[in-house]
Amino acid sequence: MRLLQYFLFVSCLSLLACGEDDDINIALEEGEEFSGGDVTVSDVSVNAFGNPAPNLEGDRDLQFVVGNSFFNRNWVTSPSSTEDLDGLGPLFNARSCSSCHFKDGRGRPRLSPDDKDPSMLYRLSIPGTSAHGGPLADPNYGGQLNPLSILGVPAEGDMEVTYQEVTGSYADGTTYSLRKPTYTFTNGSYGSLAAGAMVSPRVAPHMVGLGLLASIDESTLMAMADPDDVDGDGISGRINRVWDFEKETQAIGRFGWKANQPTLRQQTAGAFLGDIGITSSVFPEQDCMDSQTACKESPEGGEPELKESILEKVTLYSGTLAVPKRRDWKDDVVLQGKRLFLGANCSACHIPKVETGYNADFPEFANQTIRPYTDLLIHDMGEGLADNRPDYQATGAEWRTPPLWGIGLFKIVNDHTFYLHDGRARNLEEAILWHGGEAEAAKQAFVQMEKQEREALIKFLESL
Amino acid sequence: MKSKLLMVALAATVFFSCGDDDESPSVSSTDKQDVVDNYANIVYATYSDALSTAEDLSTAIDALVADPTEINLEAAKTAWLEAREPYGQSEVFRFYGGPIDDEDGPEGQLNAWPLDEAYIDYVNGGGTSSIIQDAANFPTINKELIASQNEAGSETNISSGYHAIEFLLWGQDLSDGPGGGERPATDYDVDNCTGDNCERRGTYLKAAVDLLIDDLEYLVSEWAPNGAYRATFTASANLDSSLEGMLAGMGKLSKGELAGERMFVAYDEKSKEDEHSCFSDNTHRDIVTNAQGIKNVYFGSYTRVDGTVVSGAGINTLVAILNTSLNSELETLLNSSVDATEDIQAPFDQEFLNDAGRARIETAIDLLRQQGDKVAEVSALFGFTLDPSDI
Repeated sequence: MRLLQYFLFVSCLSLLACGEDDDINIALEEGEEFSGGDVTVSDVSVNAFGNPAPNLEGDRDLQFVVGNSFFNRNWVTSPSSTEDLDGLGPLFNARSCSSCHFKDGRGRPRLSPDDKDPSMLYRLSIPGTSAHGGPLADPNYGGQLNPLSILGVPAEGDMEVTYQEVTGSYADGTTYSLRKPTYTFTNGSYGSLAAGAMVSPRVAPHMVGLGLLASIDESTLMAMADPDDVDGDGISGRINRVWDFEKETQAIGRFGWKANQPTLRQQTAGAFLGDIGITSSVFPEQDCMDSQTACKESPEGGEPELKESILEKVTLYSGTLAVPKRRDWKDDVVLQGKRLFLGANCSACHIPKVETGYNADFPEFANQTIRPYTDLLIHDMGEGLADNRPDYQATGAEWRTPPLWGIGLFKIVNDHTFYLHDGRARNLEEAILWHGGEAEAAKQAFVQMEKQEREALIKFLESL
Repeated sequence: MKSKLLMVALAATVFFSCGDDDESPSVSSTDKQDVVDNYANIVYATYSDALSTAEDLSTAIDALVADPTEINLEAAKTAWLEAREPYGQSEVFRFYGGPIDDEDGPEGQLNAWPLDEAYIDYVNGGGTSSIIQDAANFPTINKELIASQNEAGSETNISSGYHAIEFLLWGQDLSDGPGGGERPATDYDVDNCTGDNCERRGTYLKAAVDLLIDDLEYLVSEWAPNGAYRATFTASANLDSSLEGMLAGMGKLSKGELAGERMFVAYDEKSKEDEHSCFSDNTHRDIVTNAQGIKNVYFGSYTRVDGTVVSGAGINTLVAILNTSLNSELETLLNSSVDATEDIQAPFDQEFLNDAGRARIETAIDLLRQQGDKVAEVSALFGFTLDPSDI
């Protein structure tokens, strides 16, 4: 009798398992919680984005420490006794990398008009292209607005943002409201922006897994691209071809909101110059425009200001931050959300699974199965999100698919949930609703969902 | 046969569990309370010493500004060096969100580095646009101005605290080899003024030390026997989290901050003046006092600047109960690491340029890193997870 009960019990279990089997097999994959393959860590604290890759070889964990240090340290006015760290500005956005990439995490827009602590910047350009095919800088303000400056040099000015609420509704009648930003240039010290000047706001992205993204083969990116939408799914996906300033050649762009940087080294050097005003071997010229005489006359903190060894270590640091492991990946609602994500074809651009190739800068990261939820390609995202400022081959409506790994942790690490390139979305739901252009069909699928389904999809995203 | 094996297995299990039960060491909350209370006494005594030495510094600075002789300048410098001794030992009280570095904590204002010296005063090759030199834009120098400038541009920490005072006493370090700054006393002499704006410089110096004292007074009051933070920290309900914070301060200062940030980066980059007290060439003492502070917390003992000793139950009394060998390993490391930091020769910025000096620094770094990891092991005894690299 007992035996019979046992068998009955076991067969009940099998029956239940069978009932769920089909769905689970579709949604649950072995090892999918390891978003960064071997470069995954399970930290879910405020430091979740700040861990070194656990598989760094040789003394690279110590190089990581040094890079981390220079990522966090404040630069100071030249000339100073701490000569490794002087040369700030003359015009700048921040004194350290970490002031915008706080805890290696994500920046945000101003919370109120007198909030002095936004972690975003404004790219500027005028119609036309540079000699290398990139944006043409504003003649008075250059390629980026610098609201801060060292003493004795007038800061460039500021950007005010106002939001207008725009309402809409889901198929089930539930209403929602999105905030549409308007940017106004104020307090300009060097005259007005040029006629037809274009402004692109960009928050600081989180830093995890960049070396893995750098290790994806170009052939893999090309295979994902479909510039002419040959398969007719309404989604193109283009590679942005940009300028490699050291190799002096065109290269595939893969970093930045518009995929306008080909390598982490150039991205890092570009940020040092544009954001902190620090010259390097990659960008040896201070970014002062002709009318900015005080800027031109300010002392340099060395030529270049950034020591080569420090550039190398900060670049190493930037590339070797580990990806946090997913949470709740087995949860039924999360799995339902994942099925809805795939069903709505969000995964056409937010590619869930990619294999890395080999990049000599990050040999540890070769041949990894990673789940970045990006194709690193540029897509037309529609008029609502357009900044109307071309960047190399990216049009004013195109943006690079941002990686989604780690996005559920912004609240813990950075204490906010502002999404998209300018932080206009106040949560993931709003971020989805802003999607348009090639993502219009996926967005519409979300709008058609029941409330419980929408919540499941969000819960899935939060598990990433 | 089978049943015999099973019996043996069962017997073994019973035996082991009995063994565990009998020897399973534990610490009582009374034990923990003693340790946490004694720690609070040490924090209070250390900050009190930091405050009293800062007040001595203030007196010496008043004398210097009133009568700017080389003797008075030297006296002020000596007072600064003495003030750094207790403060360095207090840095182990950081890294767990206590009054020093919670959201509004004064750490950045007290001990900011690197200092933006050209922002404060003249430097060789610099312009005239510093707070002291630019009377048009900064008509009034007071501690409110210094505090507000220190926060200008969101995150700066550049113009206040110990290192601002250090810069104003020693001056910019222009030496290629050994030697710190060489500011003349006449930089404060209104009648024979060198470096321009001598009166404003004196005002800045006095305001900077006033601000320092304000911040230290705040820390002392929070940790005083009737202090608000101390009451929370020593409350019986919070003993475990307080103990966790104490260990976090030890581990993170040891490995991430001191061995990593403050020593390895300078060692690795071999950069002139990549050191916290570069104007006074006192970085070697910063390192020793940081290491000593970690030891103080573990052993539950602090020697005050007047020579009296504040002591009681240290964390070692708890660990000795839980795991004797782990305790003696950590005690040995703490003694060796302080010794190793004392072996480092001054000035630090020359020490990392020669082979013998590099070996001495490397020894200390290795010990401090091991020590941080050992603190993490000790933390695990109490059920805490600590990453000593994370600062």
